[in-house]
Amino acid sequence: MSADDAILSVESLAVAFGGVKAVDDVSFAVRRGEVFTLIGPNGAGKTTVFNLISRLYNPMRGRIVFEGNDITALPAHRVAALGISRTFQNIELFEHATVLQNLLIGRQVHRKTALWEEILFLPKVRRQEYAFREHVEKVIDLLDLQHYRDSHVAGLPYGIRKVVELGRALAMQPRLLLMDEPSSGLNVEETEDMAFWIQDINQDLDITVVMVEHDMSLVSRVSHRVLALNQGAVVTVGTPKDVQSHPGVVEAYLGKAAHA
Amino acid sequence: MRFLFKTDYDQDIRLAKHGGHVFWYSLLGVALLAAPWLLSEYLLEQLVLVCIYAVAGLGLMLLSGFTGLISLGHAAFLGVGAYTEAVLVGMGWPFPLAMSAAVVLSAATGVVVGLPALRVRGIYLAIATLALGVIVEEVLTRWEDVTGGSAGLMVKSPTLFGAAVPQPVGFYYLCLGILVVATLAVLNLLRSPTGRAFVAVRDSEISSQSMGIHLAKAKTLSFALSAALTGLAGALYAHKLRFLSPEQFTVLQSVELLMMIFIGGLGSVHGVFLGALFLITLPQGIAVAKDWLPPAIGGAAGLQSTVFGLIIVGFVLFEPLGLYGRWVKIRLYLQTFPFYRKGTFRREKTFQKTERQR
Ligand SMILES: Nc1ncnc2c1ncn2[C@@H]1O[C@H](COP(=O)(O)OP(=O)(O)OP(=O)(O)O)[C@@H](O)[C@H]1O
Ligand SMILES: [Mg+2]
Repeated sequence: MSADDAILSVESLAVAFGGVKAVDDVSFAVRRGEVFTLIGPNGAGKTTVFNLISRLYNPMRGRIVFEGNDITALPAHRVAALGISRTFQNIELFEHATVLQNLLIGRQVHRKTALWEEILFLPKVRRQEYAFREHVEKVIDLLDLQHYRDSHVAGLPYGIRKVVELGRALAMQPRLLLMDEPSSGLNVEETEDMAFWIQDINQDLDITVVMVEHDMSLVSRVSHRVLALNQGAVVTVGTPKDVQSHPGVVEAYLGKAAHA
Repeated sequence: MRFLFKTDYDQDIRLAKHGGHVFWYSLLGVALLAAPWLLSEYLLEQLVLVCIYAVAGLGLMLLSGFTGLISLGHAAFLGVGAYTEAVLVGMGWPFPLAMSAAVVLSAATGVVVGLPALRVRGIYLAIATLALGVIVEEVLTRWEDVTGGSAGLMVKSPTLFGAAVPQPVGFYYLCLGILVVATLAVLNLLRSPTGRAFVAVRDSEISSQSMGIHLAKAKTLSFALSAALTGLAGALYAHKLRFLSPEQFTVLQSVELLMMIFIGGLGSVHGVFLGALFLITLPQGIAVAKDWLPPAIGGAAGLQSTVFGLIIVGFVLFEPLGLYGRWVKIRLYLQTFPFYRKGTFRREKTFQKTERQR
């Protein structure tokens, strides 16, 4: 693989909390257009890798390069502007706002109006609102959220909130989407929908997806490549099938089970 | 019951959502314009106070209700606005100019007071703003050359184009006009990206960042705008009081402002007005009630504070959404009568957040 088709590359990333090496010398490269999945037992460091990429955590060592730009030292809000959006393992929505407002916040990075123009609500601001809404409506259609458009997030069931969070991330029109456990807490039917959406997002919207996921049938179904982490270190990278049968991966999960 | 079928984006964006809104707000507008003929001079004075408190409340609501930053120091901005206005008008500045200076200076103070907000949240921020409020009060007391210290400061009447603004009618229209403009500005902001960013910061700092919102910038901006509005109210307040002394801008005043928006309903612009109306009418109500109560209670010192406190506790326990929240429920009850169900507003128990960021 040449360096050019990597949309994201992570080089020797490391971070520790107290004595725990949450991520220890992790390197990988994600190709443009693929669905790349991180798997690993609980506490393997998957979410920490996401938090490092989205710059919520500072790495102690290593480099993160997105589309040729070194983002290792950027503040979190700049990362979004470059085209990386994400969802959270334990949904982080704007609870006291409506679904529509949540999705509109996804358009924040595309804001072109100045404060004073907004205070006067000039025609330019209104046109921008139209454009934002037009895009957000597409996301609403894609994810079948029409029914919930004006509902407050705080009152929605878990499964819907999960979809709203995905919608918010999509509203940003990212080129790279990080999804932390998209199927956790969803029932079979909702997981089915999620699998379709991930494929649609990847193929029709041309968004590269990096996800963390435990449901192996979902993983094998949608991912092009899988990376297995254990105790902060890479065990192996490869096709879903190869990774699942890799002795190190089997041991990581079984070892965990044996301890439990 | 009214169903709104949404067919174009403007329906969400425009301020009056349906014909009913247009009708009722027009009626309110006419009533407010006619107020000098409808109300006694005393009641008009009270209405002026409602307008002034509402402008200050808009500022505080933007910060605490919409950005989630609780301030216990807003009397400081009211004070900076009032004293700037008084001093500059005293030096012969025309009042629109003095008022602009008051707004700018308050906003600048707001940015300074907002600095701790970049590091601390919640109760710590409340304490930091409290401290800064005390500092401003102290400056107003000590800087005698300019503020007159605790001896106080007379405020000249506002003049426009060489003529004095007639009291109380002219001044009422001035306050009303400023309130309308301030309200429109806040409403516009709230339906634009900046306002949404404030709400995002209030509800989740982590995901706001990941959505591209610069936390420090958003919070500083919110503080500046909030202080600017409250400073503007301060400038009007100076003319209303006609005599300033630092005791008018103490922590107690800050608490009163916070209670006002809390009782009105945090996170709603309607709440500001309901809260202001409540804050101004309550003492009147208590004064009237005093005559009816047995002298042991009616004559007791601190009756007003006690009633105030009880009302706050009542709201905390029974109606955290404030007067506006209560009104929404009553309206729904009337619209759906007799089908209203008690559990309508009970929220589904949502999952507990245990491990944030994970
Ligand atoms: N902010 C933090 N402070 C302290 N320790 C942390 C922090 N974030 C993660 N850790 C630790 O780092 C390790 C990896 O955690 P991480 O959340 O990345 O695991 P994970 O692979 O996402 O697990 P799961 O499947 O349970 O979500 C764990 O031991 C965790 O306790
Ligand atoms: Mg995790």
